[in-house]
Amino acid sequence: MTTNEMPLYEVFIRSKRGLDHRHVGSLHAEDSAQALEYARDVYTRRGEGVSIWVVKSSDIVASQEADSASFYDPQDDKPYRHATFYKVPDEVSNL
Amino acid sequence: MPPSCDIEGDDSELQARFDARIAAEERIEPKDWMPDAYRRNLIRQMSQHAHSEVIGMQPEGNWISRAPTLKRKAILLAKVQDEAGHGLYLYSATETLGATRESLVDALHEGRAKYASIFNYPSLTWADVGAIGWLVDGAAIVNQISLQRTSYGPYARAMVRICKEESFHQRQGYEIMLALCRGNDAQRAMAQDALNRWWWPSLMMFGPHDAESAHSAQSMQWKLKRQSNDELRQKFVDQSVPQAEFLGIRIPDPKLRLDEATGHYVFGEIDWSEFQRVVSGDGPCNRERLAHHTRAHDDGAWVREATHAYRAKRAVRDRAEVAS
Repeated sequence: MTTNEMPLYEVFIRSKRGLDHRHVGSLHAEDSAQALEYARDVYTRRGEGVSIWVVKSSDIVASQEADSASFYDPQDDKPYRHATFYKVPDEVSNL
Repeated sequence: MPPSCDIEGDDSELQARFDARIAAEERIEPKDWMPDAYRRNLIRQMSQHAHSEVIGMQPEGNWISRAPTLKRKAILLAKVQDEAGHGLYLYSATETLGATRESLVDALHEGRAKYASIFNYPSLTWADVGAIGWLVDGAAIVNQISLQRTSYGPYARAMVRICKEESFHQRQGYEIMLALCRGNDAQRAMAQDALNRWWWPSLMMFGPHDAESAHSAQSMQWKLKRQSNDELRQKFVDQSVPQAEFLGIRIPDPKLRLDEATGHYVFGEIDWSEFQRVVSGDGPCNRERLAHHTRAHDDGAWVREATHAYRAKRAVRDRAEVAS
């Protein structure tokens, strides 16, 4: 039997309460329950996390980096979205 | 053992674990057990925060087509766009508690959910756009910085993101005020008039005094609120007074003075009858704000229906492709 027959799962781990889950890697498993157990076994052997999410890779819809020029507007023409764009004299604080 | 027995049998144990997490400054996450009252209180507070972001687009949106320059127009558009995004973050975070978006919007339209009362005041002049950014966003930021440490994880994380994005909102408002105050007499008068009208409602944004605040004590205990209404209000006054002095305009409070001993500003009493009136629906623009939101929601119904129809059509096509 090969892993090709098993779906691929992406693994996300919350390292500490209050933080976001972060992608750590992937693994093959027969179903989501097994993916969760495998993820625990291979990705949290050193207390890396308090919570694990597993998601079938095929369920992830991803943008392509190659398309970034057309997909993302770099917004270089909108510097006013940043606080540093606004000139406030040094004497004024808490802004 | 059926799951329901499991939950009922262990309630006190679950409560003890929840209490211990709160005491240890740990965040509560969506899948954790939490008391029903904590969940209900969060849904109320977070959805009202979301509604405030969305209703808050109206007074500023009023000036997008009237901004004095193209630059100011682009900035205002970007700011109002941010507020819509912040509404989305907060609605989504509220939905992690099991509330549906539809139920939250219905509660707003039916008057069961409130939003920040400040948005029931009209934006009469261009200086109001400056005053809103400087004071209203300034007050919101004081509150939101405090909420970055709130006990519910998704809410705290939304606050971090929102505070980061909002860093430009207050500065653009202050810059508008600065431009007016460095202008001619009529422009300075316009800036002063805006400060006169927005100062007191801004102080009201922090809510009733601690002793009279309906939800405060419990919210502090749950660490949903980290600082009291009065503490946050004081912080806002302390930072705003020197900013007004630099602009050369006067805060409309004859009792305002610096207490040398404490380093804090002493200020006059808020007109709580006005606060009550506006909160309970009789502010200058309450009906207009709600009617506008309801109309925009209803006018957008065809877009939602069209996306559903498109999804259904694609599903049929995909099934046909699989079958063939």
